Amino acid sequence: MGTLAFDLAHLLAGGMLVLSFLLLYQDRITAVINVFAWQAIALSLSVAWQSIVQEAPHLVATAVIALVVKGFLIPFALHRIVRRLDIHREVEQVIGGGPTMLTGLALVALAILLVQPVREAGGTLTREDLAFALAIILLGLLMMITRRNAVTQIIGFMSIENGLILAASGAKGMPLVVEVSVAFSVLIALIVFGVFVFRIRERFDTVDVSALDRFRGERRER
Amino acid sequence: MAMIFGFLYELALQGVQMFIVVLIAPLVMGVTRKVRAHLLRRIGPPLLQPYFDIWKLMHKEAVLAHNASWIYRVAPYFVFAVTWVAAALIPTYASGLLFSWSADLIAIVALLGTARFSLALAGMDVGTAFGGLGSSREMMIASLAEPAMLLIVFTVALVAGTTQLSSIAALFSTAAVGLRVSLALALFAMMFVGIAENARIPIDNPATHLELTMVHEAMVLEYSGRHLAMIEAAAQVKLVLYFSLIICLFVPFGMATGERSLAAFAFAMAVYLAKLFVLAALLPVGETALAKMRVFRYPVFLGGAFAAGALAVFLLFVSRGF
Repeated sequence: MGTLAFDLAHLLAGGMLVLSFLLLYQDRITAVINVFAWQAIALSLSVAWQSIVQEAPHLVATAVIALVVKGFLIPFALHRIVRRLDIHREVEQVIGGGPTMLTGLALVALAILLVQPVREAGGTLTREDLAFALAIILLGLLMMITRRNAVTQIIGFMSIENGLILAASGAKGMPLVVEVSVAFSVLIALIVFGVFVFRIRERFDTVDVSALDRFRGERRER
Repeated sequence: MAMIFGFLYELALQGVQMFIVVLIAPLVMGVTRKVRAHLLRRIGPPLLQPYFDIWKLMHKEAVLAHNASWIYRVAPYFVFAVTWVAAALIPTYASGLLFSWSADLIAIVALLGTARFSLALAGMDVGTAFGGLGSSREMMIASLAEPAMLLIVFTVALVAGTTQLSSIAALFSTAAVGLRVSLALALFAMMFVGIAENARIPIDNPATHLELTMVHEAMVLEYSGRHLAMIEAAAQVKLVLYFSLIICLFVPFGMATGERSLAAFAFAMAVYLAKLFVLAALLPVGETALAKMRVFRYPVFLGGAFAAGALAVFLLFVSRGF
């Protein structure tokens, strides 16, 4: 594999990881949605580059789906939800920004350490993509845990899905059927999430999910 | 005989490097202020105003507080000298100069830390509340910025395989390092750290004495006359130092690395000065777009720099293994 092929793949996958960190760093909901859109665009570029490198034309379909659905459709829908709900524009975090970033850095280190033994099995590119993808997935999980607002939790979920696609595109020969079904399930998940957010809002007058804790039956009435 | 001439030639080249950073520094500051004034739709002071200011301050009486100790009197000269040494050791227009082996990137960070320490000490020396406040804030910023700076050093050292600035610049300007996310991240972190260290907006406002949130100006509020001239000159040299560091690490193209003829050096110097003034004009553009930050937001700002630096180091480990 040429050095340019590697460098460009490195750049795009690394860019996605950096955007994952930006998702954690931002403290405005609209900015978070925009960063998510950028991450999806970086993902589609990365997948498109993989399709050229691996000479796998079906990956182009994956790239186009990522670009259209996650780069434009979902951010647009999320912007609409935020505007319709007229929710608080600032991201509410369970723990502060600094600890979240440090945890995120630790998670990236963990992902790299976990993927390290795979070195012998695959090429450098596969290993790197796996490490980046695992880091993005862990950061997405972290985002879902540390955010209180349902909309930002949705974005955390979607960025996990970005990481999955990145991992899958690095592995040779992902069938198109899988990709299409994943894309549709993500769209359906968005619809379900959307309905869910509106229901939460209708009932509790807020999208802060900590309002749900009282109705779980585990915790005492505050 | 030829050996002696060769030595003198090398010494002269090092001398040019040493004096250019000091002589150009007020002009760089002048360009920054002029561009900023234009962006604010003002005319602004003349480009050479910083030179006149230093000249004027040199001829004014230095007023000392009664209880000022020797630290207070020595600190301005010490700060200027240390900053000058650090700036003179960064390859600006040519690599492989006579003294370039004597300090690496870590030594330069340490020199800057020493300068900051003595200035903070001087700020507390007279015992006014304002100076102490400035010193404590300066040290807070330093404690946040220095880890980020060291991570940048690690990143660059891992890519280049050395912390010697001269070799790094020679390697980056000739060999193909490739597209590296790590270096881009390090550049981001470097810009954040540079803004914090040079007391620019959004961390500090260099243009006012009246704001309660100011840091650097609060520390040096008591100084006057030639002492103040030294401190201002040191601040200007420090700005040039950070610009030179960015140029040397991230855009060293055009630096004289191999050929040692006068023409090559003159060309490299012209390229360096052009890059310096482009950076000096870009800084106020960023500054006018931002507002001054609350003090309690500093950790978030510099934490971003730290995260970028740490991420840069991690990414290097992914791509090349342990």
